[in-house]
Formats: sequence, structure tokens, C-alpha cells
Amino acid sequence: MTVLAASGRVWQRNWLVYKRLWHRSLAFGFLQPVLFLTAMGIGIGALLTPASLEAFGGVEFIDWLGPGLLAAMAMQTATFESTYPIMNKIMWGRNYEAMLSTPVGIRSIVGGELAWGAFRIGTLATIFLVVLALFGIPRSPMAILAIPVAVLVGVAFSACLIAFTATQKNDVGFSAIFRFVINPLFLFSGTFFPLTQLPDELQAVAWATPLFHGVELIRGAILDQLDPLTAPLHLGYLLLMFGIGAWLAERNLARRMAD
Amino acid sequence: MTTLTQPAASGALATAWQRIWRARRLVERNIMFYRHQWIIILSGVFEPIFYLLGIGLGLGAIIQEVTLTDGRVVAYAAFVAPALLATAAMNGAVFETIFNVFFKLNFAKIYDGVLATPMGITEIALGEMMWALMRAALYAVAMFVIMLFAGLILSPWGLLIVPAALLVAAAFAAAGLAGTSYLRTVNDFDVPMGLVVMPMFLFSGTFFPISIYPLPIQVFMQATPLYHAISLIRGLSTGSVGTAQLWDLAYLVLFFAVCMWIAMRQMERKLIK
Repeated sequence: MTVLAASGRVWQRNWLVYKRLWHRSLAFGFLQPVLFLTAMGIGIGALLTPASLEAFGGVEFIDWLGPGLLAAMAMQTATFESTYPIMNKIMWGRNYEAMLSTPVGIRSIVGGELAWGAFRIGTLATIFLVVLALFGIPRSPMAILAIPVAVLVGVAFSACLIAFTATQKNDVGFSAIFRFVINPLFLFSGTFFPLTQLPDELQAVAWATPLFHGVELIRGAILDQLDPLTAPLHLGYLLLMFGIGAWLAERNLARRMAD
Repeated sequence: MTTLTQPAASGALATAWQRIWRARRLVERNIMFYRHQWIIILSGVFEPIFYLLGIGLGLGAIIQEVTLTDGRVVAYAAFVAPALLATAAMNGAVFETIFNVFFKLNFAKIYDGVLATPMGITEIALGEMMWALMRAALYAVAMFVIMLFAGLILSPWGLLIVPAALLVAAAFAAAGLAGTSYLRTVNDFDVPMGLVVMPMFLFSGTFFPISIYPLPIQVFMQATPLYHAISLIRGLSTGSVGTAQLWDLAYLVLFFAVCMWIAMRQMERKLIK
């Protein structure tokens, strides 16, 4: 069996489990952006004066916020899917041990899990984009590009987090990751307020963090304001993160399963 | 419950005290359990702080000011901070009573063991309640200190913030205890978290006054416990204290009592068949 075919089997295993829960997952995938946009978008938008909207490049706050939330959703879903479920398959349910006694190898496991993450985030991003369209936010058909970018954000985070999870002996470290990495990224990546509000040094830090690049690309695609100069940089950052993450994930999981 | 070694205590107060004293064992058990996992609890302290920095200051630099229900105008950060404190108290209580109690009830079967001791259902409920209150108190006190030093407590009424947050935590701990007994699998967590806690967090006047919504929606929002928790604590921190805060207080006490009653009944059903 080739690595690709074996990855397909790993993907299929996740699909069989998910098939029983998909309707609930999609319903929450729809509900969450609706609630966030109605609350934060409209609610906070009502507190902003027309003059203060200049900070958001002159667009309505809800239009500015929506695409940022889409990027954040990709990160959060990828994070959740790559922590507890992966740890379960490593040590609680021991699914990987069973898989490795078949022609499925470590590379196929990582490949199959990443393909699964891509599928999940792809469906959720599509639903999210539909919600944004219901709020009349996308400016042009270019907005469709937000879906592959969201998938890239998702797999980049998934790969890095699988690499992290493979090194953990229990789930205590996940709390630290959620609270000290994911939550600050959610709040300080230009999702809720423009980074120009931050002092210069902190702006430089934000440029070094991953979600910021996803937010810029997705917002650019949806509001039809992609900058041909910076877009390749953002894309390059995410691709590099994905590459390094996937390499580390395979290496760490191989070490862990050899224990 | 009577034992041969102890003289029968007289009066309801003494019995209540005995139960609380016995329930402390469950708190001790939880402390021992968390000894090597304290980061799970401690990291929760930072959640409202990050929100205060990101939304309160980051977005607040653009929004600047908000008008309170009594017409006073305050800085956006002073508006958001008490709501984040109330939410942190809720989260501390709810995480402990929903996730952890579910796990102990259904997987670890901790309470089956506990019931084989002189502790009963009441002691279990009391013990988990006290523990959830301790966790929520940590979050509330941490946030209170931050608000104090950041100058976000605008009135001497602010001294009552921590006791008020404990009432909020007790109400949500009771709700969590009542709710968790209805969950069957870990996938069911979506329901309390996704359909109750998260929407409440967004729509209880946390980040903006609910007056921007049409009246029927406002009435619906005012029916939620977090709305009253935020209204109470924001009233205290900004000094806009009025009859509304008395209603908040009454709501939370009643909510606590009803949830506690459901929780006890459900626990008894689940554990003693």
C-alpha cells in the first residue's frame, strides 16, 4: 500500500467516526459565526462613531471583523482536533498502535490526520463564508479564495500541534497551549482591532505570529483588498509553517510510537 | 446520618455544619488531584486579563467611551472589565462542575466510592460546590486586583465585588451540577458550552450595552443569569448602584436555590438507584 493510499485509510477512519456526528458539527459551524457576528459585529459596531471607523480602513466594523473570525475559527478548530483526539489515538485509545501493526506507517498517519483536518476546516470555512455572504460582507467572487487559505491556516496549526501532542505524556500541557498561545493569538492577530493600535515593537511581534498572516490573507480576499506585495509573504509564512510542522509531526510521532 | 462514635448534634445548624465539615474531604481530594496539574487552574487567571488587554484596551482605544444605563459615561475598559470578572467567575464554576463532575460521575466513578463513606449526596454536592467556589474565587480576586491597580474600579462599592462574584460562582456551580447530570457522552458538552455558555458570554451585555437591540430581544437577554451577574458587578465597580442591582441579587439567589434543588435531586437519581 502506498503512503497516499494508507493516508486515505486513516482519513476514512475519522470519517466513519464523524459520520455519526456530522449534523451537529455543521449546525454549530453555522450557529457560531451567526452568534459572533450578531453580537460582536453589530453590538460593538454600534459603539463606533463614523470617524473611528477609519481605523478599520473605512469599512463597517462587522465587515472587518467577519473575515478575521473566519481565520480564527480555522486556527481554533485545528487546535482542538489536533490535541485531545490525537492524544486519545496515541495513548488512551491506542489507535495508532493498532494502525502501525498494518501496512499503515507514521507518514500515512500524519498525512491522513492532516487531510482530515483539511476536510473539516474546508467544510466549516465554506459554511462560515455562506454566513458572511448572508450578512452581505464579501465584496467579490475572490472571496472564495478564503476557503483554501483557511484550510492552509488549519493544516499549518494542525501540523505544529500534532508535533506538540506527540511529545506530551498527559493532557495538562493543552491548557497552557490554549490559554497562553491560542487565546492570545485569537485576540492579538488583528482579529478584533487593527494592529496599528499597538506600539511599534508589539506590531513587529504580531508580524512574527502565524494567525496574523491568515487574517490578512482572508480579510484581503473577502474584502477584495489583497495587496500583491505582502500577500506572497503571508502565504510563504503559512506554507513554511506547514512544512516545518509536518516534518516535526512525523519525527515526533515516530519517536513517540517507538517508545 | 448518625454514627455511634459521635453524640447526636442538636439543631439544624449543627447538622448543616457537620455536613459541610464532612464535605471538606472532597475538597481535599480535589486539591490532591490537581497538585501536579495546577497549571490547568492557574492558566484560567490569564483569560480575562488577555480579553481586557485585547478588547478592553486594544479595541477600547478606538471605542473610547460607553454610556451606562444611568446615563453616566465611562471608559470602555471600565465597562468591559467587570463583565470579564463576572464571566471568569462563571467559567471557573462551570468548567469545574460540568466537565470535571461529569468525568467523576461517569468515568472515574469517584462518587460511588465516596458514598461508601459517611458522606452522602448532600456532602458531594456541597464539596464540589465549595471547590468550584475556591477556583472561581481565585479568578475573581486576581481580576479584582488587576482592576484595582488599572484604576478600573470607580467607586467604593467595588469592595463588594469579590463577595458578589462568589454569589455568581455559586449560582453557576449549582447550574453546572444540575446540568451535568443530564449529559450522556462527551459529545454532549457541545450543548451546554455551545448553546448556553458561549451565547450568554456574547449576549449578556459583556462587550456592549444591550440597549442597542430591539426590546423583545432585550427582555430575552435579561432573562439569562449572566446578564444579572454582569449587571450586579458592573454596578458595583462603576458605582451605578440602584434597584436594578437588588433585582440582580434576588435573581441570582433564586437561580442558585432552584438549580441546587435540581442538582441534588438529579445526583440522587444518578447515584442511588
